[in-house]
Amino acid sequence: MNSQRSAWLFLAPALVVLGVFFLLPVLAALALSLTDYDLYALADIRNLRFVGLGNYWELLQRPLFWSALGHTVYFVAVGVPLSMGASLGAAMLLNSPLARCKPFFRTALFAPVVTTVVAVAVIWRYLFNTKYGMANYMLDLLGIQPVDWLGDPHWAMPTIILFAVWKNFGYNMIIFLAGLQAIPPDLYEAARIDGASSWRQFRHITLPMLKPTMLMVGILTVSGYFQLFAEPYVMTEGGPLQSTVSVLYLMYDEGFKWWNLGSASAVAFLLFLLMFAVTVLMVKLSQRGEHSDGEPT
Amino acid sequence: MSPRLMKALINGLLIGAAAVALFPLLWMLSVSFMAPGEASALPPSLLPKHSSWANYRELFVHAGMGRYLLNSLLVAGAITALSLVFNLMAGYAFAKLRFAGRERLFQALLGALVIPAQVAMLPLFLLLKYIGLINSYAGVVVPAMATVFGIFLVRQYTRSIPDELLEAARIDGAGEWRIFAQIVLPLLKPIVVTLAIFTFLAAWNDFMWPLIVLTGQEHYTLPIGLASLAREHAQDSELMMAGSVVTVLPVLLLFLAMQRYYLQGLLLGSVKG
Amino acid sequence: MTCGARPQRSRRSLWLAAAIALCGALLGSCAPAPAGHELTFWTIGREGEAIVKLLPAFERAHPDIRVKVQQLPLTAAHQKLLTAFAGNSTPDLSQLGNTWLPELAALHALEPLQARVDRSAVVQPHDYFASIWATNVIDGTLYGVPWYVDTRLLFYRKDLLQKAGFDAPPRTWAEWRSQLAALSDPSQHRYGILLPTNEYEQLMSLALQQPEPLLRDGGRYGNFESAGFKRALAFYVDTFKLKQAPAITNVEAGNPWTEFGRGVYAFYLSGPWNIGEFRSRLPASQQDDWATAPLPGPDGAGIGVAGGSSLVIFRASKHKDAAWQLIEYLSQPAVQQQFYDLLGDMPPRRNSWEGGALRGDPKARAFREQLEQVKPTPPVPEWERIANEMQLVAAEAIAGRLTIDQAAAEIDRRADAILAKRRWVLDHAQRDPAREPTP
Repeated sequence: MNSQRSAWLFLAPALVVLGVFFLLPVLAALALSLTDYDLYALADIRNLRFVGLGNYWELLQRPLFWSALGHTVYFVAVGVPLSMGASLGAAMLLNSPLARCKPFFRTALFAPVVTTVVAVAVIWRYLFNTKYGMANYMLDLLGIQPVDWLGDPHWAMPTIILFAVWKNFGYNMIIFLAGLQAIPPDLYEAARIDGASSWRQFRHITLPMLKPTMLMVGILTVSGYFQLFAEPYVMTEGGPLQSTVSVLYLMYDEGFKWWNLGSASAVAFLLFLLMFAVTVLMVKLSQRGEHSDGEPT
Repeated sequence: MSPRLMKALINGLLIGAAAVALFPLLWMLSVSFMAPGEASALPPSLLPKHSSWANYRELFVHAGMGRYLLNSLLVAGAITALSLVFNLMAGYAFAKLRFAGRERLFQALLGALVIPAQVAMLPLFLLLKYIGLINSYAGVVVPAMATVFGIFLVRQYTRSIPDELLEAARIDGAGEWRIFAQIVLPLLKPIVVTLAIFTFLAAWNDFMWPLIVLTGQEHYTLPIGLASLAREHAQDSELMMAGSVVTVLPVLLLFLAMQRYYLQGLLLGSVKG
Repeated sequence: MTCGARPQRSRRSLWLAAAIALCGALLGSCAPAPAGHELTFWTIGREGEAIVKLLPAFERAHPDIRVKVQQLPLTAAHQKLLTAFAGNSTPDLSQLGNTWLPELAALHALEPLQARVDRSAVVQPHDYFASIWATNVIDGTLYGVPWYVDTRLLFYRKDLLQKAGFDAPPRTWAEWRSQLAALSDPSQHRYGILLPTNEYEQLMSLALQQPEPLLRDGGRYGNFESAGFKRALAFYVDTFKLKQAPAITNVEAGNPWTEFGRGVYAFYLSGPWNIGEFRSRLPASQQDDWATAPLPGPDGAGIGVAGGSSLVIFRASKHKDAAWQLIEYLSQPAVQQQFYDLLGDMPPRRNSWEGGALRGDPKARAFREQLEQVKPTPPVPEWERIANEMQLVAAEAIAGRLTIDQAAAEIDRRADAILAKRRWVLDHAQRDPAREPTP
């Protein structure tokens, strides 16, 4: 009995904080998304109306919501594979017995991860400046026409993706590295004796052994990339022509710029639903993959 | 492919990757010492002609960077201290204390991880407005005082402490608080360091919530101050690079000094519960 | 949290005490300072830098008042003001763009000022430009005192115009168009004018010159499909289509002053603060090459936007009398002249134009002329957002994604959606006389 009580006392501070400042607001957000809470309601609560699913309905009819969703999905669909590919590649290089100065390289490749998004986004803004940026200067040396990186609606999102990959790949690299080191060396040994090529070793040992890690890293990375906000906020302010407005950017503008808290909450919930669905889908797909992977190819 | 060629290839790729990773940071450092306008030239200059501290002086004397730096230290420090206490207590309870519904509660907490924090932000703003914490340090600190991730990390680590140790102390008549403070905490030292660095870095780099809740310049943290400067001084690249250095350097140094603990935490946190 | 629990052991209460002390220290450090008369004064953009030079004299005259100035970046100011209101953290007084005044007035965030003006020996309403003063009166209540005026007009390169055979700046759109054509050479990266595609003020100035109002039915619906607005939008978009302006934002435009000096642009449609910028940023040898002119109209002298900033006191302020003293100080003609000298911000009082550097300044004359011919933007709280949407759609039209008719219809559609709540509030207030009507 006494131990029960002290257990709850140990838990109380954290649970109170999480309950009051996270759980309660999440539930309130659901309620808020069913109202038209806006500046008028902020000034006088009698101007608040219950609108049911009206906010959701209006959002689904709003082109900006769909384009924000499109930009976000684009960012996730291109950014996550690129980022994970870079992580895996870097991890395999670092894991190679032939690599030298491993601690130095590991630290160097990881360094961008711990930097502040805002600060490094500012750096990239200058590196990718159309007129004076280093990126276009390099292209010029190679004889390639300059690209209007952040000013052209077609290039702005790819530039942000490049930035995100540069900033984030080190994180997953460390996880992959640990995963690679956990693969028993005798598996490779046996494969070599059988005369398997490096590619076959990668395909039939490395990838299957890394699969649980990949799934987990994939889920975490996808949900992280869905939360795109600071990069466009600093690098493009959502432009040009709103081509880098992400779902969260839309939520921020709708909620904290124009104070339509009701419809902003609806945006947040739709994002949540989407992330949830994608996560479930990834888990499901990987389970199905497990069955078919059993047969040798 | 011969082993020597292979070796050259692998190390060459590593050098290339490291150059890509570090170049923006080194460029930032170099440009921050340039004279105004020097970086906006063709061909782009790599090193300052006459390096000077003028940009830093401008930042601290006129742009209020000193204040932002102190704010960042204060906010990140407070979040780290408080959330350490709260997360350690809760994580320990989940790992070692018996109470009804322990597993279910823990699973529920883990389940909450799928909800992105931004969903809570709008009502949280209204809540803090009601309590009167908008535009205060507490507005940033209070919601961050406990994290599911921190609790999870502590629980994972604490489970490795043998139960016999705690039972023996209980038989000796030690109370739960004493056991926690005198026996468990010293054993948790590695995870405390790890969690502290993790939390500090995350709090230092956090952007969206402080941007929302800190409405007055006097409370800005470095990222918010820097973003606001970047909108006003877009053309002053040298000044902005100095601002980036001030923002990035403290966390980068902290990471370099404590790298081992940080990477360990990263791996611990990514193991499935 | 755990405060209610009965302490069992000293160590435990120590822990608790420490935790509570930490929380307390944390919360305590953020409580508002109880200082007697510390005024928090928000300024927007560059005014903050100049104002600190005017304040020492005020603080000497009022030793009990200390003024803390905070500078909001222009691009973030509107949002910061709303956030402050939403978060109960408004300053004592603020500079406030008069297009934003209706919004904060509708929120009941501002203190009515008529009684103070009536008692004041300094603030004399009849001395102010009438259209500018009127922007501070919302539904019969005065909420702000004009601080400086701002209208957009033309800066132009006299020498370039002369070289192209034009002795005078344009008076009509047709003249303007032909001058723009003569001065543009896209292959040489020379354009007639710079119109940043993410600034709505330029298009809005052209739109205000039309006879039709921008909103109809008492601000209930958009009126962007009117013939007048379409004419303005077409003129604006054509300027880009004809390559007389580059389709870039102000972020990409970088440093417009040097580019103007280099002759990349012959015209620049902007506000009075740029008189100071051009004076300080262009070399002395070029100072005679540029001048200002009132905005050309569709068929004659054009109307400009009645812009500018007012000084307002927030309802939540605890130092309203002290704040009013500061407003009175800043409204004195002598101080306004000083302010002009520091920054080039133009005073809203005719009296302030009678002396100092303003009197004989040829570059300021066009503004003085324009100020008697200005028109305010629609006084609805939603205006800032509508103007933003208008510009976003206009940018699509510039990029060739929408025709003029499509763009006008789209702006109307968005404006109507934004105004939906306002329509409800207005209708609701009429049906229910017990409720205070929200303006």
